[in-house]
Amino acid sequence: MSAAPVLQCENVVKELGQGAGLVVAVKGVSLELFPGELTLLMGPSGSGKTTLLSILGGIMTPTSGTLKIAGQAIEGLSPEELAKVRREHLGFIFQSYNLFPTLNAIENVRIALDVRGITGYAATSRAEEVLRDVGLGNRLTNFPGGLSGGEQQRVAVARAIASSPSIVLADEPTAALDGENGKAVMELLSRVAREQKRSVLAVTHDNRTLGYADRIIRIEDGKIVGEERRPEGVNSPEITDLTKRRKVHA
Amino acid sequence: MFWAIGLAELMILTLALRNLVHDRIRLAVTLIGILFSIVLVAVQLGLYLGSSKMITASIDRADGDLWVTTFGAKSFEDGGILLTDRERHQALATPGVQSVVPLVVSFAEWRKPEGGSSRVVVVGSDSDEKGLVPWNLMQGTLEDIKAPDAIAVDHSYLAELGINGIGDTAQVATGRVKVRVLTEGIRSFTQSPYAFTTLNRARQLLGADSDRITFLLVKLAPGASSDAVKADLASRLSSADVLTKDEFRARSLKQWLFKTGAGLALIGGALLGSLVGTVIVAQTLYSSTKDHIHEFATLRALGSTKGYIHKVILAQAGLSAVIGYLLGMAIALVILYFSKNSALPLVMTPGLAFWLFALTVGMCAISALSAIVKVTKIDPATVFSR
Repeated sequence: MSAAPVLQCENVVKELGQGAGLVVAVKGVSLELFPGELTLLMGPSGSGKTTLLSILGGIMTPTSGTLKIAGQAIEGLSPEELAKVRREHLGFIFQSYNLFPTLNAIENVRIALDVRGITGYAATSRAEEVLRDVGLGNRLTNFPGGLSGGEQQRVAVARAIASSPSIVLADEPTAALDGENGKAVMELLSRVAREQKRSVLAVTHDNRTLGYADRIIRIEDGKIVGEERRPEGVNSPEITDLTKRRKVHA
Repeated sequence: MFWAIGLAELMILTLALRNLVHDRIRLAVTLIGILFSIVLVAVQLGLYLGSSKMITASIDRADGDLWVTTFGAKSFEDGGILLTDRERHQALATPGVQSVVPLVVSFAEWRKPEGGSSRVVVVGSDSDEKGLVPWNLMQGTLEDIKAPDAIAVDHSYLAELGINGIGDTAQVATGRVKVRVLTEGIRSFTQSPYAFTTLNRARQLLGADSDRITFLLVKLAPGASSDAVKADLASRLSSADVLTKDEFRARSLKQWLFKTGAGLALIGGALLGSLVGTVIVAQTLYSSTKDHIHEFATLRALGSTKGYIHKVILAQAGLSAVIGYLLGMAIALVILYFSKNSALPLVMTPGLAFWLFALTVGMCAISALSAIVKVTKIDPATVFSR
């Protein structure tokens, strides 16, 4: 990879609990994330992948080791400083979507912009733009309860990318979706990585997602046990224009 | 609370409003809590103001800059008839005094025409001297009070006095009286109606000597210093108290509202209302925050500041305050309307309405504290464990 990494961690250890209940969830993990790549972090349940994702997202602080997000070391930062790093450089997608049930689709995206200080017309037009981009132009004012699981996850993707973060972290983005919706969301994430030159890291144990990955990191028992990279220049046949595909289905 | 939220942060208000409306039962409980609190506080403070107005009405209406009272007189009704024309002349001789008007004020027994009795406060003053004459005349004129047996009473006490209106007669202490003037809205905090008559008629009714006086109303000459005249009068009238209007008002309020405990009971009721409201709103806001805790954790994970989340909670509290205040005030105004003709009418002033609003906002802001403490402890990592 020739581009500079947008995220680097070295020898990261995370201990959870204490005394007899102490568990070392992450055991000396080192990795780098690059722009334009969709990286899958795969491993069985309890392997430490979600804990690692929390650390990489600046949500959890490591017990030891170093982490740099967009070149900024996060060791010793206060919770508010960590929140600033997340605000400026990261977008999150959650397994259960974590949308605000009382806000409609456009408002769910707007609120993510609002916390970043983007308000008013600029926020509304940007939210509309990303929602159209993920194929939800006709669902702008629908509330999460009125959207399918796949549509909700696409709102979550729109929320994650609305502020143009350099890194998008996704926790089991397809786990709650059926095959077709899972595929659509992975296509979308792949597109986000390739077309918008963002670094996307998705934690998953869903083998259906393998075809979309530029890189796969395997984790077991808190340690990285393997890494595969798709050869440069090889495009997945799965990646197509989502909006166009939806129209064909309609 | 809203002043902390800029126009650019309407999203906060949107989220706060939706969170409130999302659970209608909880919203109803919150609003009932605020409404209950506002109505209770409005009624208690309305009664307090109403009482204060009643207690000081005669003092406020009297045309005098200084009051000369019997030594230690605690209120308008507590003067006794112990001053004499000697004090009046001494007062008149004091530099800076323009006029001195004598008043006679004393409780007396009112014998009803059909039998039975009631207590009244006889107020004797000559209308030509304009010291303290009845106001808000409904029927009759100030001239009518000059008739030998004339008396003026408030129409709201007719039933209590056992009479029907103008022309009816009764006995007050030792003499007969005829109702020649009816007033409106002159109520007495002691629940003993005021009976206005001339100075001399009052003395006769009360069996007092012809030079006896309860109060001297002193009017200052133009340009005279109130403090200087007051000090001079005090040195000349060693057996009397010399008070400014404000001092006499304060002394009367202290006597009736605080020494009797009535005012403390009203203020205590208002405090209790605020406390109950605060507890109810705090409880509902806390449970609402607890229900939305994952959403707040998501906001935190997305990089929001703690302040942003605090604003959402404060906006919820603020919206509850505004809606609750409007509903509470509407009910309080209805109660106020129906109390108009009662023995103790409530009073609502723009100042009280403003302070009630400030109290509601303050109450809701304090209520938001427990919810704010709750969100302050949010661990954004919980977003991955849902």
